[in-house]
Amino acid sequence: LSHASLLRPSDIISTVEFNHTGELLATGDKGGRVVIFQREPESKNAPHSQGEYDVYSTFQSHEPEFDYLKSLEIEEKINKIKWLPQQNAAHSLLSTNDKTIKLWKITERDKRPEGYNLKDEEGKLKDLSTVTSLQVPVLKPMDLMVEVSPRRIFANGHTYHINSISVNSDCETYMSADDLRINLWHLAITDRSFNIVDIKPANMEDLTEVITASEFHPHHCNLFVYSSSKGSLRLCDMRAAALCDKHSKLFEEPEDPSNRSFFSEIISSVSDVKFSHSGRYMLTRDYLTVKVWDLNMEARPIETYQVHDYLRSKLCSLYENDCIFDKFECAWNGSDSVIMTGAYNNFFRMFDRNTKRDVTLEASRESSKPRAVLKPRRVCVGGKRRRDDISVDSLDFTKKILHTAWHPAENIIAIAATNNLYIFQDKVNSEMH
Amino acid sequence: MLSKGLKRKREEEEEKESLAVDALWLDPGHAAVAQAPPTAASSSLFDLSVIKLHHSLQQSEPDLRHLVLVVNTLRRIQASMAPAAALPPVPSPPAAPSMADNLLASSDAALSASMASLLEDLSHIEGLSQAPQPLADEGPPGRSIGGVAPSLGALDLLGPATGCLLDDGLEGLFEDIDTSMYDNELWAPASEGLKPGPEDGPGKEEAPELDEAELDYLMDVLVGTQALERPPGPGR
Repeated sequence: LSHASLLRPSDIISTVEFNHTGELLATGDKGGRVVIFQREPESKNAPHSQGEYDVYSTFQSHEPEFDYLKSLEIEEKINKIKWLPQQNAAHSLLSTNDKTIKLWKITERDKRPEGYNLKDEEGKLKDLSTVTSLQVPVLKPMDLMVEVSPRRIFANGHTYHINSISVNSDCETYMSADDLRINLWHLAITDRSFNIVDIKPANMEDLTEVITASEFHPHHCNLFVYSSSKGSLRLCDMRAAALCDKHSKLFEEPEDPSNRSFFSEIISSVSDVKFSHSGRYMLTRDYLTVKVWDLNMEARPIETYQVHDYLRSKLCSLYENDCIFDKFECAWNGSDSVIMTGAYNNFFRMFDRNTKRDVTLEASRESSKPRAVLKPRRVCVGGKRRRDDISVDSLDFTKKILHTAWHPAENIIAIAATNNLYIFQDKVNSEMH
Repeated sequence: MLSKGLKRKREEEEEKESLAVDALWLDPGHAAVAQAPPTAASSSLFDLSVIKLHHSLQQSEPDLRHLVLVVNTLRRIQASMAPAAALPPVPSPPAAPSMADNLLASSDAALSASMASLLEDLSHIEGLSQAPQPLADEGPPGRSIGGVAPSLGALDLLGPATGCLLDDGLEGLFEDIDTSMYDNELWAPASEGLKPGPEDGPGKEEAPELDEAELDYLMDVLVGTQALERPPGPGR
């Protein structure tokens, strides 16, 4: 892979998402801002800057709020961004913090009218006596201006913290999930939503499980999946009942008795779930592994990949410093043949499902100069150590790559490393294989 | 506020213990804790988990996922530490908190009260020399009525079985409570678990005794059916 560009938002990035064509890349940060990057069209004149991403628009999506009734502050951190499929010249996206989802419309303006009869060029009213003839105003080109406006605000739908949003393939509805409930919204209606999943127990002291992630099926508008803190996945069919508390399918892997520990449940908690582009598989991330599930097989995943198994013996310290609760995301490539997820020390991992080969790469300024090829990294756990290996004990657990995204069609990936965004392109092999 | 139960001085000890625990955990032979768990490690993990639970509950809006995972882990550790002893089941919240629940719009208060009762339950397991004051600090102090009751209810369960607690006297339990809060009779904590008797200690005078009539009056005031006036009953 070669390194295409390096950009620096000023705050910690909390979410990264390509749009459906991959032309636009949106990031959200802890400060409630959204930054959208646009891929420059490739040109023969400057072959080196082919397809690089430049800042397209920046706007403040959410502000910190104060809930006076409960006396608590609502963080402005953007938890998730999801793009709507483009239906006209404008682009639309949904962004959400813990409590409120907003629909934003992004439009371009590259012409402006000139030659008004009653106003001069600064907009001041002309003295009518000076107007001797009439003219038709004409549209003249101007510097591109990107305008972003909030079109809908979906508020007061959630008592608990929103962790996921997902747009339905019908392009009319979307869902939002918090710790205990999932709501279905119509994109045009903000004053009501339908509750489709509610796992809140009658007695809160019976609470043992929360919802951790949720997503609509890419093709079947009636199906969605949600994951839990106990490591299970529930596939639900909205046609079966209005309240989808009963799952259609329950995907759960039995606990491995040889690996049992006090932390078994915590490390089995699913932090992210993603349907494959084909819709046949699901990808889940838990603390130590990524797993591929076949929608037709509930008993166990069809593939399991170890992300950083060397941490298994360190779970106690990771529990102590709360790292064991970190929520890593995962991603498919466009052809569903490679999966990617982040790890510590600014490492991220890729697994090729066909060749069964995997690689560890690092997203850092020191180790990747622009246009340099990324060098694979290795973590050694004792025993023979090669020159550039990193030992487990020197891993930096404050440098975590939680958010990654893969271009829908090409080998371009976006990696969020704390407050830095890295975009890597595979120039040699731009096509999927 | 009332939720000052956390004592920082234990941190150093805890760090040393956890380093020792790390050494244990790094040994792959200890990976399967289901067999013969090292008691020191379990106890240290238990304490660590209780502290995490406190931290979580003290936040105005606890991270539910973190909370649930810590509580479940705590239950696992608890189960492994005393597999033979008859563990008291997590009791349904005592009367006062459930009344408080009716008043409070937020179900998070119910969760806190139930976590509080879980903690109270766990607190009399040997080895935990400080009885935590699991008062979730949620919203205006008036709500703490619900939170205070379960922890004081624990005093009833202490009895002669856990002598270590009585050795310190009940004084230790109330060290962190700002008694100026208790000067206001309206906030006198419900003491349905607190009875005069062999447990009398220096700390006892901090906890007044409320009879049923007073409790009813208190509830009426909180619900707003009665105007706030000088309450009847023994002055303090």
